[in-house]
Amino acid sequence: MEIYRAHVLVCKGTGCVASGSEPIMEAFEKEIEKKGLSKEVKVVQTGCLGLCELGPNVLIYPEGSYYCTVKAEDVPEIVEEHLLKGRIVERLLYKERDTKERYRSLMDIDFYKRQKRIALRHCGLINPEIIEEYIANDGYRALAKALTEMTPQQVIDEVKQSGLRGRGGGGFSTGTKWQFAANAQGDIKYVVCNADEGDPGAFMDRSILEGDPHTVLEAMEIAGYAIGASEGYIYVRAEYPIAVKRLEIAIEQARNHGLLGKNILGTDFSFDIFIRLGSGAFVCGEETALLASVEGRRGEPRPRPPFPANKGLWDKPTIINNVETYANVPEIILKGAEWFSSIGSEKSKGTKVFAVGGKINHTGLIEIPMGTTLKEVIYDICGGIPNNKKFKAVQTGGPSGGCLPASLLDMPIEYDTLIQAGSMMGSGGMIVMDEDNCMVDIAKFFLTFTQEESCGKCPPCRIGTKRMLEILERISNGEGKEGDIELLENLANSIKASALCGLGQTAPNPVLSTIRYFRDEYEAHIKDKKCPAGACKALVHYEIIADKCKGCGMCLKVCPTQAISGERRQPHKIDAEKCIKCNSCFDRCPFGAIVKI
Amino acid sequence: MAVALNQQQEFTAKLKQIEEMLKKYKGQKGALLQALQEAQNIMGYLPIEVQEMVAETLDITLSEVYSTITFYSFFSLKPKGKYQIRTCLGTACYVRGAEKILDRLKTELGIEVGDTTDDGKFSLNACRCIGACGLAPAIIINDEVYGRLTPDKIPDILKKFE
Repeated sequence: MEIYRAHVLVCKGTGCVASGSEPIMEAFEKEIEKKGLSKEVKVVQTGCLGLCELGPNVLIYPEGSYYCTVKAEDVPEIVEEHLLKGRIVERLLYKERDTKERYRSLMDIDFYKRQKRIALRHCGLINPEIIEEYIANDGYRALAKALTEMTPQQVIDEVKQSGLRGRGGGGFSTGTKWQFAANAQGDIKYVVCNADEGDPGAFMDRSILEGDPHTVLEAMEIAGYAIGASEGYIYVRAEYPIAVKRLEIAIEQARNHGLLGKNILGTDFSFDIFIRLGSGAFVCGEETALLASVEGRRGEPRPRPPFPANKGLWDKPTIINNVETYANVPEIILKGAEWFSSIGSEKSKGTKVFAVGGKINHTGLIEIPMGTTLKEVIYDICGGIPNNKKFKAVQTGGPSGGCLPASLLDMPIEYDTLIQAGSMMGSGGMIVMDEDNCMVDIAKFFLTFTQEESCGKCPPCRIGTKRMLEILERISNGEGKEGDIELLENLANSIKASALCGLGQTAPNPVLSTIRYFRDEYEAHIKDKKCPAGACKALVHYEIIADKCKGCGMCLKVCPTQAISGERRQPHKIDAEKCIKCNSCFDRCPFGAIVKI
Repeated sequence: MAVALNQQQEFTAKLKQIEEMLKKYKGQKGALLQALQEAQNIMGYLPIEVQEMVAETLDITLSEVYSTITFYSFFSLKPKGKYQIRTCLGTACYVRGAEKILDRLKTELGIEVGDTTDDGKFSLNACRCIGACGLAPAIIINDEVYGRLTPDKIPDILKKFE
């Protein structure tokens, strides 16, 4: 094996690829070759580093220098200065938002130093398309340990004692789930990986699949050994092409290395894994619907029991865990249940990955110990709210979760505290909202989503969410009536109690939580016909304040419907008839002369 | 006339290709979704001729094929435009103004979500989270992501495809 004195890690996660990391990587390769450094410096593509917003991201080791928003024209300078002369290019280093300080190593910056990476341990560190890099980082050692030193029951006990709970939604004990499937009668059993990440605004599973696909394969094999299964299926969204490609590569490599297939590592244990592509149906994240879809049918859920542990895929005992849950398993087997359960809080062990987005300075992917407070995540790690705006709410749990107000910012993030507050952990989407976001509008957004994604099998979900959505639409159109809030609550509670599956049962949560914490906003819409945040189109109109308008004509130019008129250097006017309330003029005006009333 | 003939030939050739592809799924249980995904990759959409072919090969009813196609948003019964625009309406994009981006696209193209322009050039769709939350609001045109958008950037982006 060749030894290199430096490694250039280029993030090739979806976010950075969209920002243009592919040409950056090519530029590095070309420039390094040009300087004759090809034998000394290696360029490596990695999975997501986390700070997607500042992409394309480049990390150079051994220093750990973190360069962000790198452009192709910066590459010759980095190669010349950093790699050839050993001088770090200060101007491209990550800059701390508050102190404006530039740190020389990734591990010194606030965004990273407060994180604890278990599920994401390899993301951004190894090349996901090269199995040797995974193996060099303890990859497949946990599988070897399980197969050669542990009985299946010992594996299950270890996972049970670790306190690991499902990272995809409900938070059920993973070890207990495995025990049920192990106890179930039957000679054919299945292991399924739920990679149908449908929560709009969550992308941790995709990042793990893209950045560390082997860890999921290894964990599924360990699970297969524990319950006595010999086949596994990964159900992954077709919308994640990079993840699918890397999984295919990983499966192929593992088979070629005797780490997947017949007689793994020379033992009696045989196990193989197949990929099935999801076709865009959120409800397929629900386990019984997912199984129906793997079987090639419409993804409709069915009543439980029987639970999949007894009657799952093709009616055989089956365990279904989500990607992030699996990503924790090899570390638990290697380092032990005691180590894992020492991290996190009393009832929620280990760490959780969150995709933090919305009105936040550092959009991206983070992994924190359970029990960290919302405030630490939003302000200390992710740098707070941009443009000096005021924090209004944070939404967790996606369409199944709720919006939490500023008064709950000190709440520790745990499965149970979130549920008590009317939200849930879900898969780990965390969307931050500021004063410009209307809570009625957000509730409507989520309900539109669940309404569209409702499979239509059970009436409470199919009809109930439709009626709720109609009421919300009425409210945001300024046609709300006295008693609408109570009617919403009433409907919501009936749906929660009677819907068939998790999608329906949790669909009312965004509405209930916004009513609970932001009732005054609902009342303003209904009684005063006003949207305090200025987001509900029917309740706002745009005006130009003549005193502030300098007649620069910028609004006139951006208006797509020619609704703005006025002479140069004279105050302009908006024709309310023509205005489609697109907000373009408001965003563009440099003098703050346009107001929403 | 010649164009129509050409299209017809292309269609028949693709049908033939799908027929070949389907052979491997014959007699296999649970292959419907995979078969449909592959067929759509070849044809671009799933017209009745393809649906009939799939039903026959897999020995299931046409109604089952049709109900499965309409259940999943990935499948399309109509041909799509040359440039497929998908607007991300995931939560992160939504709170950063994705709806205004979508509205502007509708005004510029003069079509609604799910439609294709008369010249067959653009089709417009909404989708849920493309995972580019760091670049919100974002759209995808074919496979390319355009991020950090404001409504007034839309006309310039569309011009690139004219």
